[in-house]
Amino acid sequence: MSNDRWTKKLKKKMEQSVGRRNFLKALTGVTAAACGTTVVAKAVEKVIQPENSTEVPFSFEKFFQKHYQEMSPEDKKRVFQRIEEDTLTSRGVKVNIKDPLPIEGVKFAFALSLSKCNGNRMCVEACVKENNQSHDPEIQYIKVIEMDAGSFNLEKGDMYYEGESVPKPGKFYLPVQCHQCDNPPCTKVCPVEATWKEKDGIVVIDYDWCIGCRFCMAACPYEARRFNFTEPKLPKENINPNQGYLSNRIRPKGVVEKCTFCLHRTREGLNPACLEACPTGARKFGNILDPNSEVSQILKTKRVYILKEDLGTVPSFFYYFD
Amino acid sequence: MKTYAIYWLKMLNYALVTKSKPYKIWGATLLLFIVLGVFAYIQQIKYGLIVTNLSDQVSWGAYIANFTFLVGVAAAAVLLVFPTYVLHRDDVKEVVLIGELMAFSAVVMCILFVLVDLGHPERFIHMLPGFGRLGFSHSVLAWDVLVLNGYLLLNMHIPGYLLYMKYMGRRPNMWFYLPLVFLSIFWAVSIHTVTAFLYSGLGGRPYWNTAILAPRFLVSAFAGGPALLLIVFTVVRKFTALKVKQGVFDMLKGIIKIFLPMNLFLLGCEVFTEFYTNSNHVESAKYLFFGLHGHKLLVPYIWTSLTFSMISIAIFYWPRKKSEETPGIILFACVASILAIWVEKGMGLIIPGFIPTPLGDLVEYTPSLIEFFVCLGIWSFGALLFTILARVAIAIQTGAIKNEV
Repeated sequence: MSNDRWTKKLKKKMEQSVGRRNFLKALTGVTAAACGTTVVAKAVEKVIQPENSTEVPFSFEKFFQKHYQEMSPEDKKRVFQRIEEDTLTSRGVKVNIKDPLPIEGVKFAFALSLSKCNGNRMCVEACVKENNQSHDPEIQYIKVIEMDAGSFNLEKGDMYYEGESVPKPGKFYLPVQCHQCDNPPCTKVCPVEATWKEKDGIVVIDYDWCIGCRFCMAACPYEARRFNFTEPKLPKENINPNQGYLSNRIRPKGVVEKCTFCLHRTREGLNPACLEACPTGARKFGNILDPNSEVSQILKTKRVYILKEDLGTVPSFFYYFD
Repeated sequence: MKTYAIYWLKMLNYALVTKSKPYKIWGATLLLFIVLGVFAYIQQIKYGLIVTNLSDQVSWGAYIANFTFLVGVAAAAVLLVFPTYVLHRDDVKEVVLIGELMAFSAVVMCILFVLVDLGHPERFIHMLPGFGRLGFSHSVLAWDVLVLNGYLLLNMHIPGYLLYMKYMGRRPNMWFYLPLVFLSIFWAVSIHTVTAFLYSGLGGRPYWNTAILAPRFLVSAFAGGPALLLIVFTVVRKFTALKVKQGVFDMLKGIIKIFLPMNLFLLGCEVFTEFYTNSNHVESAKYLFFGLHGHKLLVPYIWTSLTFSMISIAIFYWPRKKSEETPGIILFACVASILAIWVEKGMGLIIPGFIPTPLGDLVEYTPSLIEFFVCLGIWSFGALLFTILARVAIAIQTGAIKNEV
């Protein structure tokens, strides 16, 4: 039973504070109360749990789970293990929840060549595969905007373009995802500090802490954040079992999610999935603190464009021209 | 302790046991709406916010629009508190408690509207001190939670204390309430200012990112609030023992006469700046007033709102003989101005902020049936709460409920 730990804790407290005889009485009370709450919780669940739900049912353990930044290593171990077990029971998939930490002396940056990008959107597909986004309703982190040559007016762009082949004549393509700003408007507005900027520059969300108020979505000028309006549906065989607690683990309904530069990959020395998938070589990723890294060289030698630079968000995502 | 328990029992008894037919019909109707609202909300809890018509593009809608409007209603109580305690108007003093109870009910509705907007309402514990982490100092929403709850407590304590003293037949100790009354005057302004800052502090949404927003909010609250109070006092005068003096009505009419045109003036300033500059930032306003690329869902609403505002102003300013009664046409003007402001600063302010999106996407929004019923449920709950509170308060004030030793 999931609230075992809490019952045990209470037992211990009781033992310390009351005598042995009273303890037995108190224990009966506590057990009765715990059973009572469980019965009520089960009844409520019956009403509010949809048919064939993949949501993890209510438990006190989950309800009182701490904020990520306040978890001790033991807390983390226990929580990650519980999430793994829950995913196995609710979705029938064995996953591995990791928590790679920021690397000292590393700050990630993305550089994207607008000269090379041809709007094939293979990055979008790879991103969805890697990051376990919901297939229905569809959630994608990367939006590619098709724009008319000779203009940079986003309002005239088209992010739902279709057609046989790309690039279309007279068009260029602007992929937009989370810019991992150094002055992020989204983290500032969060009323519960469920989203913050990590040391390596990545803006993350604790999905188990987010209350789903969507203030961050209103604040983000890059439309980088997505909301889980319902339980994310994704076929069992499409689930990527290699999951990070702060990145691509399967999200519950009612919380906000976003691109994390694939931190479960990049903090372990791999490239983000979108870069791996890009056939044009338009995407470059690396450590901006290392003067010899490819991104540092691009920022030094190429013409760089920063989207909505006037808003003072100071993105870690740069567009450049070859 | 015992006296206090009896006091509550008496109030409860008075609220529930009654022969008044209109009160019963009104209460039963509201209860029915509340039940419908609860059912609708259960659907939302069950399936998530997908049952609403919100989207990633338009991520706030009817709930937040109603929330914004109601913060204004709550703030408007200051229009009775100020004349009572600063200008020492005795006629207003008789009804100030009703105003404070209206503020209390409005704040309760505000909190409910925020709660139903959350994807994880049970995680409100993440805001509580001790366990939670309230993003105090940097998040305007955290500030808003604080000021709204503070205002709730103020408007619970002040009328609560005064009514109990009246019931006991004791003279209230001014140190127990007067400092808080003055605090509540500033506090009323703060709740609406902070609510405006929720929107005006966002650089990525040019439609909201304007310094005029907080003043506009206050002015519209001071136009719509008195209109609502005027209707409430008319009902009170007709159905209860509390005979609200004509002076109160005249004062409220005067306030509306000032603030209703001023609200239009501020809107006009906004419209001028947007359209004359004619930069890319005008798109949201264009969408609201004229439609954008063939999308014009809000256009009829905003023009209806403007028309209602104009008609109300005309009625309020129309020269008429001073008569004792408040004519029906004034009540009509009140309803029209409330509707006008509700549309203008509810949906008319929230939705265009999302249209077009920062990347130029254009997705329209109109509330779903579930959203409609949840809103109706919360409004009904607030109305029922206020009706009961006001009824009991009037009974205590007029001596129908008192401590008999």
